[in-house]
Amino acid sequence: MAEWADQWRSEGKKNIWGALPIVEELQSEGGAAGALHGALQAGAFGTTFTASQGLLLMIPNMYKIAGELTPATMHVTARTVATHALSIFGDHSDVMACRSTGWAMLASNSVQEVADMALVAQIATLESRIPFMHFFDGFRTSHEVGKIFPISDETIRALVDDKYIIQYRQNALCPDRPFIRGSAQNPDVFFQAREACTPFHAAVPGIVQAVMDRFAKETGRAYHLFDYYGAADAERVIVLMGSGAEAAEEAVDALNQKGEKLGVLKVRLYKPFDASAFLAALPKTVKSIAVLDRCKDPGASGEPLYMDVVTVLAENAAKLPLAKMPTVIGGRYGLSSKEFTPAMVKGIFDELSKAAPKNHFTIGIDDDVSHSSLTYYSAFSTEDAKTVRALFYGLGSDGTVGANKNSIKIIGDQTPNFAQGYFVYDSKKSGSMTTSHLRFGPKPIRSTYLITRASFVACHNFSFLEKMDVLEAAMPGAVFLLNSPYSAAEVWDKLPKTTQEEMLRKKIEFYVIDGYKVAREAGMGSRINTIMQTCFFAISGVLPRDEAIQQIKKAIYKTYGKRGEAVVAKNYAAVDAALAHLEKVKLPAAVSSSFDLIPPISPHAPKFVREVLGKIAGGHGDLLPVSAIPAGGAFPTGTAQWEKRNIAQFIPAWDKELCIQCGKCVMVCPHAVIRAKVYSPELAKKAPATLQWAKPKWKGMEEDRYTLQVAPEDCTSCGVCVEVCPVKSKSDASHKAINMTPQQPLREAERANWEFFLGIPEADRSKLSHGQVKDLQLLQPLFEFSGACAGCGETPYIKLLTQLFGDRLYIANATGCSSIYGGNLPTTPYASNAQGRGPAWSNSLFEDNAEFGFGMRIALDQQKEFAELLVTRLAGAIGDELAKALLGAAQNTETEVNQQRARVKALREKLAGNKSSDARNLLAIADTLVRKSVWILGGDGWAFDIGFGGLDHVLGSGKNVNVLVLDTEVYSNTGGQMSKATPRGAVAKFAASGKTTSRKDLAMEAVSYGSVYVAQVALGGNDSHTVKAFQEAEAHDGPSIIIAYSSCIAHGYDLVHGLEQQKLAVQSGYWPLMRYNPVLREEGKNPFQLDSKAPSIRLKEYSYREARYTMLARSNPELAAYLLKEAQDDVERQWRVYSARAAMPGRGETPNIAPAEKPEDKSEQKLAAEAAGGAE
Amino acid sequence: MIDFSTKYLGLKLNGPVVVSSTPLSESIDNVRRMEDSGASAIVLHSLFEEQLALESRTLDDDLSRGTESFAESLGYLPDLKDYRMTQEVYLEHLRQCKEAVKIPILGSLNGATPGGWVRFAKDMEQAGADAIELNTYALATDKSQTSAEMEGQLLKLVTAVTGAVKVPVSVKLSQWFTSLPHLVGQLEEAGAHGVVLFNRFYQPDFDIETLDVRPTLHFSKPSELLPRLHWAAILYGHVKLDIAITGGVHSAEDVLKSIMAGGGVVLIASALHIHGIEHIKRVLDDMRYWLEKREYTSLKETRGCLSRRSVPDTSAFDRGNYIKTLSSYSLRQTVGAF
Repeated sequence: MAEWADQWRSEGKKNIWGALPIVEELQSEGGAAGALHGALQAGAFGTTFTASQGLLLMIPNMYKIAGELTPATMHVTARTVATHALSIFGDHSDVMACRSTGWAMLASNSVQEVADMALVAQIATLESRIPFMHFFDGFRTSHEVGKIFPISDETIRALVDDKYIIQYRQNALCPDRPFIRGSAQNPDVFFQAREACTPFHAAVPGIVQAVMDRFAKETGRAYHLFDYYGAADAERVIVLMGSGAEAAEEAVDALNQKGEKLGVLKVRLYKPFDASAFLAALPKTVKSIAVLDRCKDPGASGEPLYMDVVTVLAENAAKLPLAKMPTVIGGRYGLSSKEFTPAMVKGIFDELSKAAPKNHFTIGIDDDVSHSSLTYYSAFSTEDAKTVRALFYGLGSDGTVGANKNSIKIIGDQTPNFAQGYFVYDSKKSGSMTTSHLRFGPKPIRSTYLITRASFVACHNFSFLEKMDVLEAAMPGAVFLLNSPYSAAEVWDKLPKTTQEEMLRKKIEFYVIDGYKVAREAGMGSRINTIMQTCFFAISGVLPRDEAIQQIKKAIYKTYGKRGEAVVAKNYAAVDAALAHLEKVKLPAAVSSSFDLIPPISPHAPKFVREVLGKIAGGHGDLLPVSAIPAGGAFPTGTAQWEKRNIAQFIPAWDKELCIQCGKCVMVCPHAVIRAKVYSPELAKKAPATLQWAKPKWKGMEEDRYTLQVAPEDCTSCGVCVEVCPVKSKSDASHKAINMTPQQPLREAERANWEFFLGIPEADRSKLSHGQVKDLQLLQPLFEFSGACAGCGETPYIKLLTQLFGDRLYIANATGCSSIYGGNLPTTPYASNAQGRGPAWSNSLFEDNAEFGFGMRIALDQQKEFAELLVTRLAGAIGDELAKALLGAAQNTETEVNQQRARVKALREKLAGNKSSDARNLLAIADTLVRKSVWILGGDGWAFDIGFGGLDHVLGSGKNVNVLVLDTEVYSNTGGQMSKATPRGAVAKFAASGKTTSRKDLAMEAVSYGSVYVAQVALGGNDSHTVKAFQEAEAHDGPSIIIAYSSCIAHGYDLVHGLEQQKLAVQSGYWPLMRYNPVLREEGKNPFQLDSKAPSIRLKEYSYREARYTMLARSNPELAAYLLKEAQDDVERQWRVYSARAAMPGRGETPNIAPAEKPEDKSEQKLAAEAAGGAE
Repeated sequence: MIDFSTKYLGLKLNGPVVVSSTPLSESIDNVRRMEDSGASAIVLHSLFEEQLALESRTLDDDLSRGTESFAESLGYLPDLKDYRMTQEVYLEHLRQCKEAVKIPILGSLNGATPGGWVRFAKDMEQAGADAIELNTYALATDKSQTSAEMEGQLLKLVTAVTGAVKVPVSVKLSQWFTSLPHLVGQLEEAGAHGVVLFNRFYQPDFDIETLDVRPTLHFSKPSELLPRLHWAAILYGHVKLDIAITGGVHSAEDVLKSIMAGGGVVLIASALHIHGIEHIKRVLDDMRYWLEKREYTSLKETRGCLSRRSVPDTSAFDRGNYIKTLSSYSLRQTVGAF
C-alpha cells in the first residue's frame, strides 16, 4: 500500500485537495510511528501502513497518539506475529495486540470493504479525534483480486467535512499560538487526565455509524457497526470479523436454504465495542453463539472477541433484548492464513446445536494433543454451480500469476460476471510453484477460501506432474490444460499412473499445448503466460474467442506497452500462435503408465523428515495433527538434502581434462550443489561407472583421485559456476572446464554419482590451508540446497562461513531473505558433519538480531566461566593435569579446538557416573569449554536501518561476536525497498525516483570504534580477500563486522553475471575492498588496509548494467544524469578518504599522535607509576 | 573571402564540414558549439531498431525477473509509469537540436524490419529532421544469402523510405559492395538523394590471454580516407546524387582531397573526439588559408577536379593491385613509393 503511495507521488498523483502527499520510509515501523506522531502534532493529516511485527513496533506511539486525541488512520493487513516460528501469513494476532492502545479498530472483510472502510475510518477519525486502525486479513483480502466499485474523488470530497480538518490543524503545535503537549505527570493527576478522554471514545460508535450512513447515501453500500446476516429467527449465530465472515455468510445462505435457522454477526467496529449496537444486531431468537477469534491468547480465559461478547452479555444479562441468555462458546480459527471454509462453519453450527458445545475450540486443524478441535465434514461445499472455478499451477516467474490477474480484470470488466483471483506461492525463491485460484460467475463471490473443486485445471509446467497430483482438485468432467512438450498422440504415456487413473475416473477433458515451443518461437523465452491464458479463454468460452484475444491483447498493451514495442509484439505473436498449437487429447480406455508420482522427500530420509516434513513438501501439511509438530519450534537440521526439487533444466557438467581444480566453482555455488573431494583409489572400487575423476593437483595427493561432482536434483541452473570458471578449451573458447548441459539425460547417472560421492569421507581438514580458495573446495559445506534465488549473492558467504567454522558455529539470523531460505519449512539448509556437529541457528526478530547474537555470546561466556569454576572445583575427580589443560588451553587454531574437544570428551568420561551436583552441572555445560564462534547474520535492512541501533551497541560492547552483513542494498525479502545501503541513483521501492542520498558507509562507522575488526568484501572482486577477512574476523578477540557485497535479483539483471558485477563494483571504486584489523595497531602498523586498486573504470560502466539504475535513466534521464554525477563524486570522495586512511603511518611510526591505548613498555608504566607516587 | 557554401541532399549548407554520428552530439551544448565552430550540418547518432527491440526485451526481463514467485515479494523493482525508450529520447533530442541551432539536423537510422525503417524515418521527419541518413549495413552470416539478395533488400528499403518521407534521404554504405557504381545508380533510381562513403564498423578483436572476443571501434585514421577518395572519384559525375565522405577526414587537407575527389561534403567525428569540437574551425581556417593562397574564390571550384573523369590518366583509379608490368608513367611513380 505504502509502495503504491510512493509510486503515485513519484508520478505526481495528487490527493483530493490537489496536494502531493509526502511519502517517507523510516528505518523501522517504530520510526514510522514516531514520524507519524510528529507529523500529526505538527498538523499534517497522516497515515501509515503496516502489519505483524511492524505493528508491534508502533504500539508505544499508538498509545501516545490516542492519548493525545489525535486524528490518524493506519491501514493494517492483519498478519501473524512470530511466536514459535515466523509466519508472514494472515491472522489477527497483530491487531489484537493493540487493543488497549486506545485506537478505534475497524475491520474490513472483503476487497470492496477495504476501499469503503478506509474512507469511513479517515472521516471518523477526523470527527472523533480518536485514531483509527483499519484492518483486514493479510493475504486473503490484501492479495485477492476482485471486482469492486471504486470510490470517486467527488464522493470522498463530499464526505469529508473541511470543518474537522481545520479544527485538526488548529489543535496542532504552532509557535504562533504555543502550548506544550506530552507533559510528564505525577500520581496526583495522571489518572484523572487519563479518564478525561473517555467521552471521546464513547462518542466513536455514534460517529462511525453516522459516517457509514452518509457513506451509504453516497454509494448505496450500507454498513453498520455490527452487520447481521442470516435468518431473522436464527437460533445459532457465529460472531466474527475479517474475511472469514464472507465464507460464513456463504455457509449460512446454503444451510438456511435447507431450512436451518442460522446467522452470522459481522463485527465491523471492534473497538470501541458498542454493547448496545451488538445486542441490537443479534436476532432475538438466538440460543447459542460461537465467537471466533483469528488469534491465540495462551493462558487467557478466552480470546479477545469472545471475551468482549461474554462481557457484554453478562453485563447486560438483566436487560437482554433476547429471548434468553444464549450459550456462548469461543473458538480459534485461521491462524497464519489457515483455510476457513463453509464446511468448517457448518462444523461450528453443528457444535452449537449440541447440548454442551465445546468451548475454547479450534477449527480447521486436528488437535490430538489438547483435543480442542471440532470435527467437521470437509466435503460439505457451498460453491455455486454457476461459478466457474479454475486452478492454474505455474512456475514462479513464468508469468502465470500476472496473466491470471489480467484474466480476472478482463472477465470483470468485459462481462457481467463477478470475478475473483487469489494466488498461492510456495516458500522457495527459486523454481517455486504458484497456484492461481480463479472464480467467475453471475453471482457475487464470497468464497474467501481456496478452490478444492475445480472445473478447469491448468498445469503450466510438465515437471509438476512428476511429484504432485495436479488433478486432485478437479471435479468430474473438468477440463485439464497441460503445457506439454509431448503432442496429443504422445502425452498419455508420459503421465504418471495416478494421474492417468484420475483422468479416467473423472472423465477429464484433456488439452495439451507445447507452450514453451510457442513461447520460444515468439521470442518469449520461457514466459508462457499469455499463451496459456489464450488457451484458457478459448476452452472456457467465457468470451467469444476473437473478443477474448482482443481483450488479452489490450491487457498486454496495458501491462507491457510502456516497456517497448518489441515486448508487446512478441506477446501478440505468442497469443496469435497459441490456438494453432492447442490440441485436444482423446483419453485412452485404460491406464498404461508403468511409473508413478515421485515422493517429494527421499524414502531414505529419517522418519520425521519423511512423515512430517514430507507431508508439508507434498502440499498436505494441513493434514498433520498437532502432535506431529514439535512444540516450541525446534526442528532437526540438515533436512534440505532430502527434498529433491529437480528444478534445473541445465546442470554443470565437468570436463576433467580441462579442469585446473581451482575450486572457484565450488566456492561461488549459491546452493552448494557443486563439490569436490580427494580420495584414495581404494574407495573408488564401488563407484558407479559414470563417476569421473582426475589426478589431484595437490602436492602429496598425486596418487589419489579428485572428483568434482554436481548434485543434479538440487541445482537451480543459475550458471554462476560456469561463468566463474577461468579455463577455456584451447580449441573452442565457448567450452569451459564446466559447461551447462541438459539435466534430464544426466539425471539418473549423476544422481547415483552424487549419492556415491556423498559417501566418500571428507578430507582431513588439518592438511588443508583454510586460507586458500583451492583448498577450501575440500571443506564440507554445512549449508546446502537452500530455497534462495538461483544465483543468490548471499548464500556463498554463508556457505563459506560453515565451511570454515561450521562445527562450532552459532548463528543469530535477522529476519529477511537469509532467515527465510535458512529456516523456512518444509526443509532447511543448515546441516551437520559426520561427527554430528553443525551450525546452531536461530532467528529472533528483524530489529534485534545484533542483541540476539550478543545474548548468545554472553550466555556462552557465562557458562564457560561457570564450567571453568566447576572444573577447578572438580579437579580432584577430573585429574589435575586434565583440569589444568582444560582451563589453560589455547584454542586459536582448529587443531587446538579439536584438542580441547578431546579433553572435554575425556572430562565426560571421567565424570560419567559422578552424581554430584557440580559434576552433573558441569556435564550439562562442558561443551562451552570448547571455543564457539558466534555469528550475527542479516541483510542491510537490518544492519543499516532497523537493527542499526542494536548493532552499533553490540559493536561497541567489546564482546567477541562476528557480524556478517549480507548487503544487497535493499530489503530483498520484502521486494526491494530502499535501505540506507541503497546507493545514490538506484531505483528501489520508496525510491521510485531514484535514491537521492548516498549510501551509508557502515564500514567507516564501525572503524570509528578502533577496536572493531571491519572488512568490506566482494567474492567476485577478490575471493581470497573474502576468505582472509572471514578468518581474521573470527580470530579477532572482540567484535567484528564483515560487509559483504551480495548480488541480488532486486538489482535488475541476470544473476549469472553477479560475480562480474561485483568485480566491476570493485574496479569502479564503488565497493573498495578493505580490512581494518585492530591487532595490527598493537604491532605498530596501520590497521586500515585498502585491498583493492584505485578506480580504473567509471561508475557508470558498473552501475548502468543494472536495471535499478537504467530504469531511472529511462524514466527521468535528467535526474539520472545528475544522480550519476553525484554518485561518481561519492565514489571519488570515498576513495580519497580510504586511500588517505590506508596511507597513514602506523602507530610504530607515529607514537606521539597515535598513543597506545594501554601502557606498553616498561618505561611508560614506570612513568605512570612515578606520577602516581609509587614505585615498581 | 572564400565561398564555402555547398549543397548537400538539396540542403543549402554554409560549409563542407558536417558532423557525423558521434556521442558528442548527444549534448545540446555540444551541438551549439558545433554550429559555432562552423559545422554546416549535424548527423545525429544512429537510432538502431535492433537495439530498441533488445532494450525493450531487456527492460521487460529485468522488471519481470523473480516477480509473482514469492508471497512476500511479488516484485523487486517498482514498475514506473513511463520508460522513455530510446526512440522517444532520440526524437526529443532531435527536436531540441532543431530548436537550439539553425544548421540542418539529420537523423540517422538503422532499421531491422521493413516496417521499422519506414516508421522511424517518418517519426524523424515529424520531429523536424532536415534529412535522413540510412545507416544500412547488414552483415551476411548466412551462407544461403546471396549478394544480389542483399542489394535487393537494400534497394527495397530505400524505395520504401524515400516513398514514405518528403525530406531527402541519404544512404550510408559499406565499402564492401562488389559493384558500387551500379548499386549507387540503383539507389539513385530508388530515390536516394545522396550516398555516404563509407560506414566504419565495430570489429571483433581477440584477447588471446582470456580467449575473449570483444567488439572494438577505434577512432578513424587519415589513412582510411584513401578508399573513400578512390570511390568518390569513381562515382563523381556518373551519378547525380550527392556524395559525402566520412571516415578518416581529420584535416583541411583531407577535406580538400575529399572535395577534389567529388564529395559534396565531409562527415567528421573522430577528429572532434581527438582534438575537440573547435577543431572544425581550425580545419575551415586552414582550408581558407590554403585556397586563398592559391587564389581560389570558392570551394566549388575544386569539386571533382581529381575525380576519375577529370584526370588525364585513369589508371591510378582503375588498378586495384600492384602490378609488375608497368605501362604508364603514373604507375611507375606509384611503384616508386614502395
